[in-house]
This record gives sequence, C-alpha cells and structure tokens, in this order.
Amino acid sequence: MSAALAMTGVIRHRRTARGYLICMRGVMWREALRFVHQRGRLISALVRPLVWLVIFAAGWREVLGVSIMPPYHTYILYSTYVVPGLLAMVQFFYGMQSSLSMVYDREMGSMRVLLVSPFPRWFLLVSRLTASTVISIFQCYAFMLLAWLWGVDIPDAGWITVLPALMLGGFMLGAMGMLLSSMVRQLENFAGVMNFVIFPMFFASSALYPLWQVQQSSPILYQACLLNPFTYAVELTRFCLYSAFDPLALAVVAGCTIVFTAGAILAYDPARGVMARRPGAAA
Amino acid sequence: MPQAAGMTPPQAAGAMAAAGGAPAPASPAVPPALSVEAVSHSYGERRALIDVSLTVPRGGFTALLGLNGAGKTTLFSLITRLFDTRHGRIVVQGHDVSRQPGAALAELGVVFQARTLDLDLSVRDNLLYHAALHGMPGRAARARAAAVLNEVGLADRARDKARQLSGGQMRRIEIARMLMHEPTMLVLDEPTVGLDVASKAAIIDHVRSLSRTRGVAVLWATHLLDEVEPGDHVVVLHQGKVLASGELSQVVAAAGATDLRSAFRTLTGARQAAEGDSP
Repeated sequence: MSAALAMTGVIRHRRTARGYLICMRGVMWREALRFVHQRGRLISALVRPLVWLVIFAAGWREVLGVSIMPPYHTYILYSTYVVPGLLAMVQFFYGMQSSLSMVYDREMGSMRVLLVSPFPRWFLLVSRLTASTVISIFQCYAFMLLAWLWGVDIPDAGWITVLPALMLGGFMLGAMGMLLSSMVRQLENFAGVMNFVIFPMFFASSALYPLWQVQQSSPILYQACLLNPFTYAVELTRFCLYSAFDPLALAVVAGCTIVFTAGAILAYDPARGVMARRPGAAA
Repeated sequence: MPQAAGMTPPQAAGAMAAAGGAPAPASPAVPPALSVEAVSHSYGERRALIDVSLTVPRGGFTALLGLNGAGKTTLFSLITRLFDTRHGRIVVQGHDVSRQPGAALAELGVVFQARTLDLDLSVRDNLLYHAALHGMPGRAARARAAAVLNEVGLADRARDKARQLSGGQMRRIEIARMLMHEPTMLVLDEPTVGLDVASKAAIIDHVRSLSRTRGVAVLWATHLLDEVEPGDHVVVLHQGKVLASGELSQVVAAAGATDLRSAFRTLTGARQAAEGDSP
C-alpha cells in the first residue's frame, strides 16, 4: 500500500438537513442496487402474484361469485377482486424479504456499517423502511401493469389514488418485518416466521375471499380476520384503488404503522432494545 | 490524558501497581482520543467486561491484547455504540458516546472482526454507501473514494463486485472505507485474522503509517503478539478485566518478564502464550 493519504480536513460528518437527505438517499440507493442485482428476487416478486392471478384466480373464477359490495358498484370477476389482495401480498412478501435481509446483514456483519453511522438510529431505520416501501411500490405498479394487460379492469384514477394506500401499507408491513427481524436470531429461524406469521396472516385476511363469505363458513376465522392488520392493509388498498375511502382501514393501518415502527426502533435501540443482552446480537 | 499507559489516572495507577510498574509521565494538556472509564457489561448473568478503563492517546498506536473471549469485541461494540454503555463512560475525542453518539461516531473509523462489505455491491458502491451514511455529498464522496482506493492500491478493482476480492483485498477495502470520512480515531478488531503473512504485514504497516503521518489515534485489538512493536501502548485484557496497561517496555518490566510473550503468560496464566505467535 502506498504512503498514507493526506487528510484534507474538509470532509466532516454533516448532520444538516442536506446530510440527512444524503444519508436517506444512500440507504435507498443501496436497497435498490441490491434488489436490481438479485435478479431472482426481482423475477419472483412479479411471478408470485402472477401465479395467483393467472392460475389461482382462473381456477376459482367459476367457484367464487363475488356479489356487489363496497367499494365495487357492480358484480365483479374474482380476478378483479383478488388484485388488491395480491398488491398487499407483494408488499407483505417484500417487507418480509427486507426483514430477512436485515437478519442476513446482522449475521454477515454488514448491519454494523449502517448502525455505526453518526445519524440517529431511528432515522437510519426509517430510511431503510422508506427504501423497502418505495421498492415494493415499484413492484406493485409493475404487477398492476401486468394484471391490466391480463385483462383485469383497473380504473384510470385508481393508478393514482392507490398510491397513498401502497405507501402506508408498505410502511406498515415493512415495519412489522423489521420488528420481527429484531426477534429472529438466526437466518434459519426465519422459516418459522414464514410458517407462523406470513402464511396465517395472508390466508386469514380478506386478500383471497370477502369477509362476509368467511363469516358464513367460520365465525372464528372471521374474528381472526378482523384482528389481522393485513386485512386492513388489503382493504385500504382495495378502497383506494377504486377512489373510495375506508376510515377504519386507514385508522388501523396508520395505528399499526406507528406501533410497529416504534417497536422496531425500540428493539434496535442500543440502550433499551434486546440487542445488547446477548453476545453477538448486533453483529 | 496523563498516562502514556493508556488508562484513566486511578485505573492506571492501580494496574501499574498491580503489575509492579510506575505510571507513565503525564501530559495533562492533551486529552485522549479515546477514554474508557470504569466500563462494565454483562450478557444476562455472564459478565463480559468488569470495570474496564483505558485511554488511547491522540496520534498513538495502542494494542489491545487478549485471548479469544477476553471481551475485546464487546468493548468494540460499546465503543461503536452497537451496545449501550450502562456502567461507566466512553468518550471519543471529547464526545460521550452515550450522550453525543453522532459526534462521537463521526470521529470513529471502524473495522470489525467480521467482514462487513456488501458482497453484492461493487467496491466503489460500498465506499459510496459508507460516504452517504456519513452525509458526504456525491462529488466529494466520489473524489474521496478514488483517493482512498488509490491509497490501498486497489483503484483498478473499483468496479468489481466485493465478492470477487480475496480476503486480504476485502480487508484493504474495509480500511479504505473506514478512511472515507476522515476519522481521527481508528478502531480495528482483529483485522488481520485469517490473512496471509504478506497481507497481514501490508495492513498493519499501513495503519501504523496512518498513525505516524496523519496523527490519527489507533486502537488495534489482537491476540497476535507479533503485531506489537516497541513504543506501542499495550493494554492486556483478560476475562473482562484490564490486567496491565502502558508502554510495551513498561508492561514487560512490570510483569517481571523479558519479553511480551512471557509478560502476557505471566499476567494471564495462558500457557499457550509461549506456543506459536498467538497468546
């Protein structure tokens, strides 16, 4: 290695508003680069909901009749019904993938690079959440385009009005994943999260079938669906896609976003979180 | 800080007395780059650090010696605020790590024991990501990345994915990354573990040159005694406690030994110290 580099003395840490913006942009840029470089993730993110739409929805089309229910003003095909649920599913899986990569980063040590930044830890975590939300929104729009090409009717205004729901829903699901990642110690344990969190939450929701149908078949499952925050993310997306408003869904998603984000920040806080109580936890 | 021994006054006096030596000459006008004051840390019932105190003088090279499990990595996690300091205090360039974490972390350049490069990103992108985490604007970051890559002799690998590098090259990139934001205090946790002799020598020579020419302070954790040179400050950490601290010759003399290996064995009772080049 050559002789020591001369210090310029001009580059110092800048915790100004511009510095914060640079930091957040850097976190988002890194998340985007990783997503683009891992082509398998990119492809599976689109193929997964398409499989549901093209195969599952086609199979159920004649079995499940969806009657008129808000926000729909007429009878709809099952493929139309299932699109908002699949949008939420895209965000749900990406949020979980992002949290999985946090566990991976922690195991590999690269999480430390983020956590020793001079910016406040809450800001770093929110930046990471924002990054995963933005990427999941891109995936959602890519899926909406494919669904539209497949023949699903998406209202023109819905392309715009769904955006706030995708932002809030993506943030909630990402924050939930981040909170889970703080509890998962090893990468192998993430299979448990898939089995005990992701699948039950996805199936016990209004993503695949209307709640009134669930209520008719199983009142207990119906109650579980009502207690499931994912149900409200799906409904918020559904209503916004049709330029309608569901105040209950908005309140639940907003409330859960705050609770999950605060929980994740607390869990990764070196002073109060669980990280400092076990050796190697911050690795 | 008054002690070249690298400790707070009461701790240094105690440790040197315990080791049978005298405190180093005082230089009260210059505060230390790093001050660890009576720090303890536990994982549940297990105590990883017990009342640890040490200082790293500005512009000095301090070797933190300890066997595996001595508490070095826990101490690094506290210095870098991965863990919170619950008992005691850690000050970096005058900034309390618990109370002013941003200012303290801005002064720190860190190389962790585990490899922390993002393997899916290019070398250059790894550096730019680090720069962004320190709020460095793009143009300055790009110029700085080119300069530090040139510095570590890997400018031609800038566009390669990190996973294409050898272990020694990854370490050099981590050192380049650490220098991106021009830190004044470098902390390196066993940076040469797993490297071949040539890579090991290149890395330690480089960090020593940084200390000499830039005046940055260095805390170098290792269990390899041959990485210590005459004139270095040495802190011996064993089972979570500081057993001795001071300039190398003082620590050796205080232990009643003729060389560092014997001194380390005397202090820690580690029989393997005499075997091979690790304690």
